[in-house]
Amino acid sequence: MRNVFLFLRRYSVFIIFLVMQIIALVMLFTDNRFHNTVFGMFSNEVSGNINNRVNRAEEFLSLSQQNKKLREQNAALLSMLPSGSLLPDSVYKMVADTFKLDSLKQYRQYAYLDAKVISNSVFLQQNYIMLHRGSGQGIEPNMAVVGMDGIIGTVVHVSENMSLVMSLLNRQSKVIATLKKGSGLGEVGWDGKDPRYLVLTKIPKTVVVKKGDTVVSSPYSDKFPPGLPIGTVYKVEQDQETNTYILLVKTAVDFYNVQHAYAVKNVLQGEMDELKRKMTKE
Amino acid sequence: MNLVVKNIIRLMLLLAVQIFVLKKVPPLHQFIVPYFYFVFLLWLPFKITRTALLFVAFAVGYLTDIFYKTPGLHLAACVLLAYIRPPFIQLLLPKEATEWGNDEPSRKTMGQVPYVTYIVGMTLLHNFYLILLEWLQFGSFLYFTGKWISTTIVSLLLIAIADLLLSRNSRAR
Repeated sequence: MRNVFLFLRRYSVFIIFLVMQIIALVMLFTDNRFHNTVFGMFSNEVSGNINNRVNRAEEFLSLSQQNKKLREQNAALLSMLPSGSLLPDSVYKMVADTFKLDSLKQYRQYAYLDAKVISNSVFLQQNYIMLHRGSGQGIEPNMAVVGMDGIIGTVVHVSENMSLVMSLLNRQSKVIATLKKGSGLGEVGWDGKDPRYLVLTKIPKTVVVKKGDTVVSSPYSDKFPPGLPIGTVYKVEQDQETNTYILLVKTAVDFYNVQHAYAVKNVLQGEMDELKRKMTKE
Repeated sequence: MNLVVKNIIRLMLLLAVQIFVLKKVPPLHQFIVPYFYFVFLLWLPFKITRTALLFVAFAVGYLTDIFYKTPGLHLAACVLLAYIRPPFIQLLLPKEATEWGNDEPSRKTMGQVPYVTYIVGMTLLHNFYLILLEWLQFGSFLYFTGKWISTTIVSLLLIAIADLLLSRNSRAR
């Protein structure tokens, strides 16, 4: 027994070192669920608080740019108002409601929640964005996050007042996408090289793709509303090994300067999940 | 100024620079990522005990990880740095820890050549481990070596600038 204590005393520094290394490596290499409980919750609140303060100063510096963007968006929305356009003869008017209102059920699939971006990075290999809105304000993990110009990412962790969003500029991010013109179902990821370009794979070579084609979110995605812009094709490459393209996509969102975002809640998510569960059960 | 207070202020300043400036600077290339905060561990006084140094490194690494959203990455690198630091200094300048008094590593206290060797060695070690761990998650070998070398050069540049600009009092009473 005495020898054990002597051993512990003699190598105490090394043992502490080993324990710390093991803690660090376990944190690094275990899956996200573990981080969520141990690392995510606490650190989100701490770093969120400080980032929020710094962000207030930074936001002030980019006010004019943000104003311009908001004005543009306002203009786009205003031009959609019926008062902005003359109606044709009412006899021939087509009526197409955006929301189909049924006396029994409301067919609304997506709800948008406004959120402020308080921290952002584009230069790392795994980039995350933090939003100042959390579980207390209706954000749930796995919700989609979109900006004014297009898709930004997916919520991964949520705490009381903050939420962490895996941005498209993350090696682990995968979003189902399609080409606006034509079809084809692909996957948008990031190769970690240039934060201006994403990579779209799995589009079959039968589809004709040209530089400048718009890439949008697919209607098959269960998170993202269909038809939201992701980017435009910048470079077309043929994959020699498979029957698909490798497309370099210029991002629609300016990830260097994201200040406001909308979290998208899929109202029908529960129903969809239940249906999927039924299928796997059988 | 008290040694502890001085180091706490220094840590806060270094972390602020790392997180709010260096993390947001647009890089010239994907390989060039500036890491600077770990110089705090290199500048701690000689007389700090090994156990204390490990715990300080743990705290510094964890704080950085919180802001970089990389659980464990900087933590592992900082702890390794703290573990290697005392024997490395011992190797360069064989002296008892008590002989140093309140001195901290600098050009004046260690001498030009040992100090440069110390900084370069420790920076290489820190960045090697940091980028090795990142490489294990993804990336190729070229990515690893290229990023290791270029990141180290940037780190050394930053440390050299800091050393020239800040005349750290070698004798803190």
